[in-house]
Amino acid sequence: MSKNMIMAGLGVFVIAVLSPFWFNMVTETKAAPKIELQGKAAEAKKCVLDKYDMRANHMSLLDEWRDSVVRDADRMYHAANGETFNMSLSTGENSCLGCHDDKEKFCDSCHNYASVSPYCWECHTNPKEIE
Amino acid sequence: MMKKSRRSFLKVAGIAAMGLGAAPAMNFAASDSHGTPSASKGKNDEALHAERWGMVIDLNKVTEEVAEAMREACHSAHNVPDFNHEVDEEKFPGTRPANLKQEIKWIWPEEFHYAFPYKEDEFLAEKYHHLPIPVLCNHCKNAPCTQACPTQATFKREDGIVLMDYHRCIGCRFCMAACPFGARSFNYRDPRPFIAETDPDFPTRSKGVVEKCNLCAERLAKGERPHCEEASEGAIVVGDLEDPESDIRHLLAENYTIRRKQSYGTEPSVYYIV
Repeated sequence: MSKNMIMAGLGVFVIAVLSPFWFNMVTETKAAPKIELQGKAAEAKKCVLDKYDMRANHMSLLDEWRDSVVRDADRMYHAANGETFNMSLSTGENSCLGCHDDKEKFCDSCHNYASVSPYCWECHTNPKEIE
Repeated sequence: MMKKSRRSFLKVAGIAAMGLGAAPAMNFAASDSHGTPSASKGKNDEALHAERWGMVIDLNKVTEEVAEAMREACHSAHNVPDFNHEVDEEKFPGTRPANLKQEIKWIWPEEFHYAFPYKEDEFLAEKYHHLPIPVLCNHCKNAPCTQACPTQATFKREDGIVLMDYHRCIGCRFCMAACPFGARSFNYRDPRPFIAETDPDFPTRSKGVVEKCNLCAERLAKGERPHCEEASEGAIVVGDLEDPESDIRHLLAENYTIRRKQSYGTEPSVYYIV
C-alpha cells in the first residue's frame, strides 16, 4: 500500500518538476530573433567586434565607450580589425545607428525577446524617429 | 595494484597544482606572441585642445539680438526644452502644462545686477541697466559643483571643462545648491514634449537629471567652435587660458575684465570685458 503511494507521489513529483519541459513540448517555442544586417551594415561587413563577442559583450563595450567619450574625450574607436568607428549610439554616419539604421530590428527585437529594457533611448535619439 | 606512499602522492599533487597555475600564464604569453592587434581609443585628428578652456565675452559687442541669437543657437543645438513651446498633442498626449519656474537654461541673458551683484555701484552707467549680460556655466577652476556631486556625475575634465555625465546623475541637486551662479537646471519632467525640433546630433535629457552648459565639448572634439561663439558676431571668444599666445589671452592682456562673484574663490573661466 505504502509502496504504491510512494510511487504515485514520485510520479507526481517528476511531472511537476519537469513541467517547464512539458509546457514547452506542447506549446510553440519562440526561437530567438535572428538579426538581419540592414542597409549599410549589410554592405560594409566590418563589425566593431567579432560577431559572437559582440552578441555577448556589446553592453560592456558600450559602457566602456561611454566612459571614454564622456570622461577622456576619446571619441574614436580603432577596432582590432583595423576599422575606426565613432563611439556614438546615434550621431553621425559612423555611429551604431548610423550603420545599423533600423533600431527596431537591430536593438529592440532581441531586447524584447530577452525581456531587457535598457533606457538608452530616454535620452539618445533615433534619427529615424525624429524625422 | 601499485601502492602509493603519502609522500609520492603529495609530490605528484604538488606538481599538478603547479601545472594548473602555470596554464593562464602560458596562455597569456602564447596569445601575446601571436601579435593580435588590440583595439584602442583616441581623439579625432581635428579635435581642438587646450590646457584650460576659457571664454571672454565683450559686453561692448553684445546687443539684445546677439544675446538672443546665442541662446537660440545653443538651446536648439543641445535640445534644451522651451516651456513656452506648444506641445504637440498627437505625439505627447496628456502633457501637463509646464511650470515656467522650472525652466532649463544653458546660456541666457541676465540683468546686470543679477549677473554682478557686487558690482552694482550707486551711479552705474546707464547702459548697463538695460544690457542683457550673457551668462552661462563659468567652468570654474575650483568648481564647487564637482565637489558637491556624490556620484562624480559632474566632474572637471583635464582641459578645464566642467562636464556632466548624465548617465550617472541621480538628481540629488547638490550641485545646484553648490553653484553660486545658478548655471544648473533640473529636469523636473521629461523635456521631450517641449523641444520644438530635436537635433539628432545631440541627445536629450531625461526626467530627473541636472543639466548645464558643456562648452560644446562635442563640437570641440570635432574641431568646431562652440555654438555661442559662432552666433555671437565676435562678442565671444573661446580659447586656451593657459596659452600666453592664444587670442583669449591677448584680449585679457589688452582689456580690463571682470568675472562673476570672484570673491567666492571659484575662479570662473568666463571673463567679461566691460
